[in-house]
Amino acid sequence: MKNLWLILTKYNAFFLFIIFFGLAFYLVIKNNSFQRASAVNSSNQLVGTAYARINAWKSYLHLADENALLAEENATLRERLQQFTMPDSVVRGTVRDSARGIQYHYIVAKVTNNSIHQKNNYITLDKGRKHGIEKGMGVISSSGIVGIVLNVSEHFSTVQSLLHSETRISAELEDSHAFGSLMWGDNYDARMGILRDIPNHVKVREGEHVYTSGFSLFPPGILAGRVIETGVSGGDSFLDIRVELSTQFHNLQQVYVVHDLLAKEKEALEAQNDDNG
Amino acid sequence: MAKVFSYNIARFFALVVLQVFLFKNIGYYNLATPFPYILFLLLLPVGIPNFILYCLAFITGITVDAFYDTLGVNAAACIALAWGRITFLRVTLQTDHYESYMTPLWGTVPFRWYFLYVVVLTTFHHLVLFLLEAFTFHQFHYTLIRILLSCIFTVIIILLFSLLFYRKKQR
Repeated sequence: MKNLWLILTKYNAFFLFIIFFGLAFYLVIKNNSFQRASAVNSSNQLVGTAYARINAWKSYLHLADENALLAEENATLRERLQQFTMPDSVVRGTVRDSARGIQYHYIVAKVTNNSIHQKNNYITLDKGRKHGIEKGMGVISSSGIVGIVLNVSEHFSTVQSLLHSETRISAELEDSHAFGSLMWGDNYDARMGILRDIPNHVKVREGEHVYTSGFSLFPPGILAGRVIETGVSGGDSFLDIRVELSTQFHNLQQVYVVHDLLAKEKEALEAQNDDNG
Repeated sequence: MAKVFSYNIARFFALVVLQVFLFKNIGYYNLATPFPYILFLLLLPVGIPNFILYCLAFITGITVDAFYDTLGVNAAACIALAWGRITFLRVTLQTDHYESYMTPLWGTVPFRWYFLYVVVLTTFHHLVLFLLEAFTFHQFHYTLIRILLSCIFTVIIILLFSLLFYRKKQR
């Protein structure tokens, strides 16, 4: 004990250094975020490297199982590929909106004819009545709204494009949820549309997104475009808002035809209002 | 004794104020940053007890850290400096100096010894300081260049300070 004390007093400079330096180092690690992060990091790196090594060895032992799994997966994929290459097949997807109890069927179709430079543009799809398409269904693509089914034959259907002077689609603004009619309007630019019938008092922000409202043939919340010019005055109490359409009409390839299962019921109900009025 | 005490307190405040308000803003592209506040620790009396030296070093470091927002980094460097100082004095001075209140300032001690003292301890301080600040051996050569250039900068400033207070044959 006495010797220990002697050593401690003789080398007190060193031991004090250790104590004080440890204290300072503790402060560094505890209070400076960068040092804390890298201290934790370096230890993690150690652990991580160890795990990686072990895993590299382990994976060899499982190679046979992995091979079998991959072969099985290949077989399944091949089988499904066959379905897709069959020319007349229909791909249907279903979205069940449990909150509202409405079902939307999506029928995948290919665009076989398209125009964007006319005053009234039409699109032809390679699916028809045989595949479940009916007159008046909405058509969307992965980027936005395309149009409304106009005529249906056995194997084909024509779509009245959004780029048509008669097409009107109910759409709403992202922030205020004020709804109006989205149409192509008077312009000839396939990238632009006009949102009409938004009341004057609604505050519209440039760059605001425009979505479908769900009042018409389309499911709610589908992106239609982006506001690029606000408050073009229509001369009365409504705003005309210029919208950059999100749909790329010029290279449209694959579209989805929306089959609203409850559309007929809704139409029938709304028709009664007219009868009474 | 009282004179030494008051001198050191004045030196502490002057150097820390200069450090955090003046020298903090001086530098050469983040490569050379001077830390002349360590002059306070260098000029403490030779015979100061180790424990008090460490305490003073810690307080000085923490004070500067508070202004630099790097809590602990300067403190650790100052502690290292204190240890280096104790070792350096033990190696280079005769035993009878240990108990004296002598301030190891140029004029009291020969210039060659003083120069070596400043250079060695500044290097030691800056080595710890910049390594702790970088906290990585990644781009180690960059850290080394920072240490080297900062050392030169600090030593020049410390020698200029010493020149200001140089009095020949004070003893």
